[in-house]
Amino acid sequence: MVEHIGAPTEATATLTATQERIPTVVVDDAHIIYRVHQGAAGGTTPVAALRRLVKRTHAPNVREVHAVKGVSFTAYRGEAIGLIGSNGSGKSTILRAIAGLLPVNRGAIHTQGQPSLLGVNAALLNDLSGERNVVLGCLAMGMHPDEVAKQAAGIIDFSGINERGDFASLPMRTYSSGMAARLRFSIAAAKKHDVLLIDEALATGDKGFRKRSEQRVRELREGAGTVFLVSHQLSSVRDTCERTIWLESGLIRMDGPTDEVIRAYEAYANSK
Amino acid sequence: MATTALVDPDTGLTQAQLAARHGLRVAGERPSLVEYSRRLWAYRHFIAAYANAKLVASYSNAKLGQLWQVLTPLTNAAVYYLIFGVVLAQNSIPNFIAYLTTGLFIFNFTQSAVLAGTQSISSNLGLIRALHFPRASLPLSTTITQFQQLLASMVVLIGIVLVTGEPITLKWLLLAPALLLQAVFNAGVVLLVARLGSKSSDLKQVMPFVMRTWMYGSGVLYSVSLFERLPAWATTLVQYNPLLVYIELARYSLLEQAPLLNESLTQLWLVAAGWALVAGIGGFIYFWRGEQEYGRG
Repeated sequence: MVEHIGAPTEATATLTATQERIPTVVVDDAHIIYRVHQGAAGGTTPVAALRRLVKRTHAPNVREVHAVKGVSFTAYRGEAIGLIGSNGSGKSTILRAIAGLLPVNRGAIHTQGQPSLLGVNAALLNDLSGERNVVLGCLAMGMHPDEVAKQAAGIIDFSGINERGDFASLPMRTYSSGMAARLRFSIAAAKKHDVLLIDEALATGDKGFRKRSEQRVRELREGAGTVFLVSHQLSSVRDTCERTIWLESGLIRMDGPTDEVIRAYEAYANSK
Repeated sequence: MATTALVDPDTGLTQAQLAARHGLRVAGERPSLVEYSRRLWAYRHFIAAYANAKLVASYSNAKLGQLWQVLTPLTNAAVYYLIFGVVLAQNSIPNFIAYLTTGLFIFNFTQSAVLAGTQSISSNLGLIRALHFPRASLPLSTTITQFQQLLASMVVLIGIVLVTGEPITLKWLLLAPALLLQAVFNAGVVLLVARLGSKSSDLKQVMPFVMRTWMYGSGVLYSVSLFERLPAWATTLVQYNPLLVYIELARYSLLEQAPLLNESLTQLWLVAAGWALVAGIGGFIYFWRGEQEYGRG
């Protein structure tokens, strides 16, 4: 390609047309600031509270956390991108912002269609049975009731919660944390997605379930335009992603082919 | 880098221009009011299922279970009758038990909807942060849950009304449109307090007092004729109190001789419909305007 520099020929022009990459997620200098309530930290006396009310200042127990400090990148159709970094580096935050669940304070995030976040933290109703939660979760993802009825049994089978007796008809508060996480993952993975955001989902459950869920993620990836994967397990990033973005304290430290980025990240993590 | 400049026509564009070129939309952007209503309609099954689930879940730990749906209004009515009917010996109103319980149950519909609505966003943050759906689904399902509760207490009310010797008349049919108007009014108010409550958790502490004041201004526990002793402007104010209006409509349709503050029935229906319209539309627009802020921080 180097020989074409400065002399665009007709050949490159057609190449442009056929190989044009279509962006699906464009992140433009995004800043995300969290407001965290620290609970009863100090300055919570009635007098202090009244003074704040009069002076119209914020409570001192609300602290702002600048989680993402100006991140820019573009993701294209057909890419699988890993997001790595230490705890609190802003990986999950940026994922939630791409999904439109968190607003950016500065900059912008543009997406094609409605990206779906596949998390294991979808809160369901603990007082209700697993079966009812499956129905509710699917409806909350925008499925039609007919579709839900068709898929419900498959979702329960996939989660494997019925392996030790009929747990699906018991309230979710009786589940072990692993079982609950497996059920949530199974619900979230039951839908087809355009842009798929996966947050630590592969880490749940026992070995058998992990195998099943990795298989399911591969299937989902084939159907999706772009996949993002947040994980602390570098092996699963290496297996699924060809491009990796390394975030550190809210900034992009490196963005490139997975092997290179992971090598640099491992060197960095070991030196700490 | 120079090679990509040749192959990729997007090079040299800023991120924003790149996004615009390919027709990408800003993540989490607020849809137009029409589009938002359309999405909400698409989520009607979720709203209904969530309302049902909440109703089931709210009694799942109680031994008597769903029976409380009927027991709670009954006990409530018994306590108030003990104080106002027996101890304070109200006797200016014919059939005081029915008068009291009608007011109490109708008022309670709005009261419990508003109290639950204040927390409908803040108590569902997990769901909001995990999934993408029109947030108005949550306050609306709260309203539906309360409406289902209301239907249970209406069964109790009809029982009380019959036992206390009121005749069954055609006027009873008027109860249905009155309750529907009140439900629309409630939905609007719930949307309003849901957005307010999502910003400040202090509201949760204040609301019970607001509701109690509202109750005393709605003629639930005593005869509405007491309001006629107020200065003229205050009486007019009370006459337009939406809850008093809904309570009067219910009393008019169920009871033969209940004293009413509003003489004109036409005016009563107009005010009831007006409030439903204003609160319903106003509350919906107000809630929609805050759509991107829910679940933040």
